[in-house]
Amino acid sequence: MEDESFLTDDFFRQLINVGEVDILVGLPTHNNAKTIGTIVHNVRSGILGAFPRERAVIINADGGSRDGTPELVTGISIDDVRPASGVYALRTLHAISTKYGSAPQSGVALRTILAAAELLRAKACIVVSPESETIAPEWISNLLRPVYRDGFDLVSPTYRRHKFDGLLMTNLLYPMVRALYGVRIRESYMSEFGFSGRLGSQFLHANGWKDGTAASGAELCFTLAAITGECRICQCFLGEKDHVERRAADLVPALRQTVGVLFSALDSDFSKWSKIVGSHEVPTIGSEQEIVLDPLRVNRKRLHQMFATGVAELESVFQAILSPATVAELHRIAVLGEDEFRYPAELWVRTVYEFAAAYQKSVINRDHIIQALAPLFRGRVFTFIVENRNASANDVANNIEGLCLEFERLKPYLLEMWKSRE
Amino acid sequence: MREMIIGELTQAVHDLARGFAHYLPRLIVMLILVLAGWLIAYIAKVILRSILRLIRFDRLSENAGASQLLNKAALPSATEMLSRFVFWVTWLGFILLGVSVLGILGLQDQIARFFFFLPRLFIAVLILFLGLLAASFFSRAALLAAVNANVPSPRVLSMAVRSIIIVFVLSIFFEELGLAEQTMLVAFGIAFGALMLGLAIAFGIGGRELAQRFLEDKFVRDKKQQDEDELSPL
Repeated sequence: MEDESFLTDDFFRQLINVGEVDILVGLPTHNNAKTIGTIVHNVRSGILGAFPRERAVIINADGGSRDGTPELVTGISIDDVRPASGVYALRTLHAISTKYGSAPQSGVALRTILAAAELLRAKACIVVSPESETIAPEWISNLLRPVYRDGFDLVSPTYRRHKFDGLLMTNLLYPMVRALYGVRIRESYMSEFGFSGRLGSQFLHANGWKDGTAASGAELCFTLAAITGECRICQCFLGEKDHVERRAADLVPALRQTVGVLFSALDSDFSKWSKIVGSHEVPTIGSEQEIVLDPLRVNRKRLHQMFATGVAELESVFQAILSPATVAELHRIAVLGEDEFRYPAELWVRTVYEFAAAYQKSVINRDHIIQALAPLFRGRVFTFIVENRNASANDVANNIEGLCLEFERLKPYLLEMWKSRE
Repeated sequence: MREMIIGELTQAVHDLARGFAHYLPRLIVMLILVLAGWLIAYIAKVILRSILRLIRFDRLSENAGASQLLNKAALPSATEMLSRFVFWVTWLGFILLGVSVLGILGLQDQIARFFFFLPRLFIAVLILFLGLLAASFFSRAALLAAVNANVPSPRVLSMAVRSIIIVFVLSIFFEELGLAEQTMLVAFGIAFGALMLGLAIAFGIGGRELAQRFLEDKFVRDKKQQDEDELSPL
């Protein structure tokens, strides 16, 4: 059993009162009072509708909310849900909350949920994002059913997204995870996902939790653990993913908790990913992806300017990270005007792989390596937007596929750099 | 008369021989110490060089910006420099120890002072190296943060951070060595003050428009434009 000392006595007592469960729903929160009511309502409806006979619990791991989020989670009565769902639960649906810290840490929240799942011997679990306003009761059953009924260990979501939404996912995470780990999982950094109690326990014990990656980006670690542990994985289409407005400052934290975690995992997983050639599909329930083509205003000029400034100002940093050929090529494209500027797929893949190798060798501080990727990513985003401005859903999908194949084709280049340790 | 001269000469030769006989063992001890010192210093150099190569000290020194300084001065790598430094300090220590065995008055004090100075020298060199490392780290951190926040002239900001840290580290370095403490204190005060004043003037007058634009961008930019800035990366 994992050391439960990080769980509070009160939470422990509440878990003992709940007893064993079949289904566990994890809700990591931090000041989500605006959305949490609807989400808990839909979670309860989803469980009542699809699993009325099962013993279920909602576990809220809160990162020090000051807006009464935990009270909202535990305060919603089952009677609030029954009239809407039209069904009645045959078991008590518990909802308990614990505060794991005074600041949000997704890794600690996940660890709390996993520890609770293990203590309650939950067979199937899901984690739901507290920001998803579009969450529907069907999402709950869609994520739980493959685990509970079909024996899958991990259910990764797919969404209906705008073609320019989640560009870090489509331009880096998905193609790189696919090329290196050989599994075509669209959303490796998952905000909603389902998993078996077995995988949860396995991850709880195998993960170090004391390193930096445990604090954030644990969701990606979880996916990679499922892949390397040869667990049964499937994807499930959920529906429309919220378009979350982000500030420019949000990019670096996003890179840290995704790309930083991926680069870090490559070191420990080298024996596994180095032997993989090509990639394979995973079973998908519903459509693999749906692309929305609505017009969206994007400040392309700013993206281009931040790329050009980044390349010019960070020359000394790039010289430490990238090969001279790549640096030269970046300088060449950085001086091009908006109309001619393109960051070609091959150059982007080489850049990412060289960053990964530099991260492994710690040529400079690892966090600085991740930060240095931000302006280059903006350049790639600019190119993706320009290339797909008038593209149909099929064209966008084909372009992403082309990028994935480029990542797979250049994998030997990464291996070559990886092995040439100084 | 002749016998007296011969007697005196014999006495002088005897005294010289006695003196030589008196010093000979000390001289031999000194030579042994010098030779043993060379051997120990050489072994220390080889071991240190291997350890530094193992821990990739050159990479660390490159990060600290020390390698660039050494390259510009056409000096060997940081690993080689530190190994040689340890070799010479160790050997010099043994040489001085050997000289002290000879019991030459006046030199004893100087030798004792040298040995008292050694720990300070090591600490000063360590402070200098760590200071350069910190300067490089924080200036790069400032550069990256400024670039990613789209702050104007990020390299100037980074260089200012580096300069402030280096000036500060140099003042500690010289203070630790005990070299011209008063002069260094005054020089540090002047350099630091000048740097701060220069930055203030540059930002206030030279970069007035830049500062205005920056502040406008930060606080009164059109909300619509802000929304268009970034797409959700995840």
